[in-house]
Amino acid sequence: MRFVDEFRDARLGQAVAGEILAAVDPDRHYKLMEVCGGHTHSIYKYGIDDVLPGNVELVHGPGCPVCVIPMGRVDDGIAVARQEGVIFTCFGDMMRVPGSRYTLLDAKAQGADVRMVYSPLDALRIARENPGRQVVFFAIGFETTAPSTALTLKRARAEGIENLSCICNHVTIVPPLRALLESPDLRLDGFIGPGHVCTVVGARPFGFIPADYARPVVISGFEPLDVLQSILMLLHQLREGRCEVENQYARVVPHEGNLRALQVMSEVFELRPHFEWRGLGFISQSGLRLSDAYRDFDAEERFAVPGVRVADPKACQCGEVLKGVIKPWECKVFGTACTPEHAIGTCMVSPEGACAAYYNFGRYAREREAV
Amino acid sequence: MSASGPAVGGREQRVLEIIETARSKRARFRDEQITLAHGAGGKATQTLIEGLLVPAFATGESAVLPAMADAGAVEIGGTRLAMTSDSFVVKPLRFPGGSIGELAVNGTVNDLAVSGSRAIALTVSMILEEGLDAAVLRAEVQAIADAARAAGVEIVGGDTKVVERGAADGMYLCTTGIGAVDARSRVATNAIVPGDQVLVSGPIGEHGTAIMLARNQFELDADIESDTCSLWPAVDALLGAAGPRLHCMRDATRGGVASVLNELARASGVAVTVREADVPVSPIVAAAAELLGIDPMYVANEGRLVAFVAPEAAEQALAALRAVPGSEGAAAIGEVRADPPGMVMVATAFGGRRVMDQLVGDPLPRIC
Repeated sequence: MRFVDEFRDARLGQAVAGEILAAVDPDRHYKLMEVCGGHTHSIYKYGIDDVLPGNVELVHGPGCPVCVIPMGRVDDGIAVARQEGVIFTCFGDMMRVPGSRYTLLDAKAQGADVRMVYSPLDALRIARENPGRQVVFFAIGFETTAPSTALTLKRARAEGIENLSCICNHVTIVPPLRALLESPDLRLDGFIGPGHVCTVVGARPFGFIPADYARPVVISGFEPLDVLQSILMLLHQLREGRCEVENQYARVVPHEGNLRALQVMSEVFELRPHFEWRGLGFISQSGLRLSDAYRDFDAEERFAVPGVRVADPKACQCGEVLKGVIKPWECKVFGTACTPEHAIGTCMVSPEGACAAYYNFGRYAREREAV
Repeated sequence: MSASGPAVGGREQRVLEIIETARSKRARFRDEQITLAHGAGGKATQTLIEGLLVPAFATGESAVLPAMADAGAVEIGGTRLAMTSDSFVVKPLRFPGGSIGELAVNGTVNDLAVSGSRAIALTVSMILEEGLDAAVLRAEVQAIADAARAAGVEIVGGDTKVVERGAADGMYLCTTGIGAVDARSRVATNAIVPGDQVLVSGPIGEHGTAIMLARNQFELDADIESDTCSLWPAVDALLGAAGPRLHCMRDATRGGVASVLNELARASGVAVTVREADVPVSPIVAAAAELLGIDPMYVANEGRLVAFVAPEAAEQALAALRAVPGSEGAAAIGEVRADPPGMVMVATAFGGRRVMDQLVGDPLPRIC
């Protein structure tokens, strides 16, 4: 595949890995956080960890939009899905995220009409095809997916479609990063910036990280060479004592972002005063809801939603794992109350979360470190 | 824990031991209800089979069922026979390169073939939905007859049931197949040993991709057909070339090559290392998988098998396989090691390593 295979070239990868080896201080341990779940996926898929020196550690960040949805929100979704006449639509991986008792997949098995979609536009199509039913879209994601939800609602309005509504769980990336950075025990040396989010918001919103917290950021693409080059750029900044936002993914990310997408978002959404994140708790101004102009599409207004907050179990230490303060196995419930089959925290929910990865593969990863 | 591993602190060691104990426990079926994940061929399916079906059906003296092969062998009057049954619920009923009727015959023939048996006879039962267009039924009956003729197997019986509209999706097919175990065959799910080479009989992921595109959910168009075919010619060639050094075979249907490798690694207590760069994937399948975020290793096949062959016979076996029409694209994709037992590791094309785990759920229900 052109424009893809070039960025997966093993020979070039070895060359960059050599440069990384030359750029590290052997007496120092580096902890770099990849913010975005997409990067975590690439790191696992290509085995990028394996070509890094042992003292460069990658910490998986809070950027998996599926696993940060708290249990109470899943319960709300299930409650709506169970209502008479409702067709409930969501992305496939959302269906397995546990609520307080059930997942959406369970609700489907119990008779709710839950359908997997690949785009909010699929939900709009289903609404068009089923005028006698109420179609609800469970919207999740950072600024990457929020514009497509916004455009879908705009189109629904233009077409006069009234049987579509949306449970809005869209979140923004900066507040959770700030929350992590505010932590007094933070042990991160730099950030691999979320390339997809930046295609929408641009590079500018990340300026606070070097300015206020003295940590470098490199906005990165998602192919293995992109990730390696971004790591190299971070290490160069650290070695040279620089601290700034650099854009490795310039072939896709404009500095100013996508102004039209931002415009559409500002029409359709507004900030919630606060939003709960699984494992991280409430973070102010971190979530989006529908603006007054689009409030009539808000499923939380249209349907009776329990809106009951289900607290994360007290023993869950996802926040500390995300901050790199503790290792997964140091969490009090790891491997006992919290397992991939019965996940409690965000880090165990996604197969690529730090805890699930350690649970499944940790032993083999350590063998590698010994080599 | 390898002895060469770095020192692990006491608490981490204890946590690892807890995980290890939990993993080695026999799977228990504790789910409150059946979800689509139980039919996906991954972890939930395994729990259903190992936690509910095998304990209920296995008798003390029989080792046939716990071996969990695609077909079970029984001896009748000195003749070793293999028996299998299968059911087909694919949606849509017709797709590029095949249909449910053809799938039913080939799928059953293939379950017997990878157990080292040539299919002799099949029964086919049909569950039909009220209102099914007779032309659709005629076409599938013809497809069953044609596929049986092509595979050299006789349809000797069957059953028909009609259920109310809405109680089935057009038609479901259930088959039983009986075959004669080939005298050259020594294949077994627990016969894989370190050193064995892993072969696949052609490019992977074509059936699942064809179904996915035929559903028209993605507004993607590509020229791709299901690979459904009888695998007996391929099996015949492998048995001829490697004989007893052919240790194990499996057709890589639901859950794809990755799921087969995981099942067999566990059954034989070995590790499998896959060289990602050597796995044959057609450009169309690779592109569709890339767009949809799916790994072709987990996509279903209906005419591809995975074979484990002793290293000294591997080259010959591969050459024999490539001489079979339809298997020209066969390739050696990896090898078997001793450690870590039950795990499938991938040497990525990029030079890294990762674990190829069992599927948790299914990105694509009802593919066969």
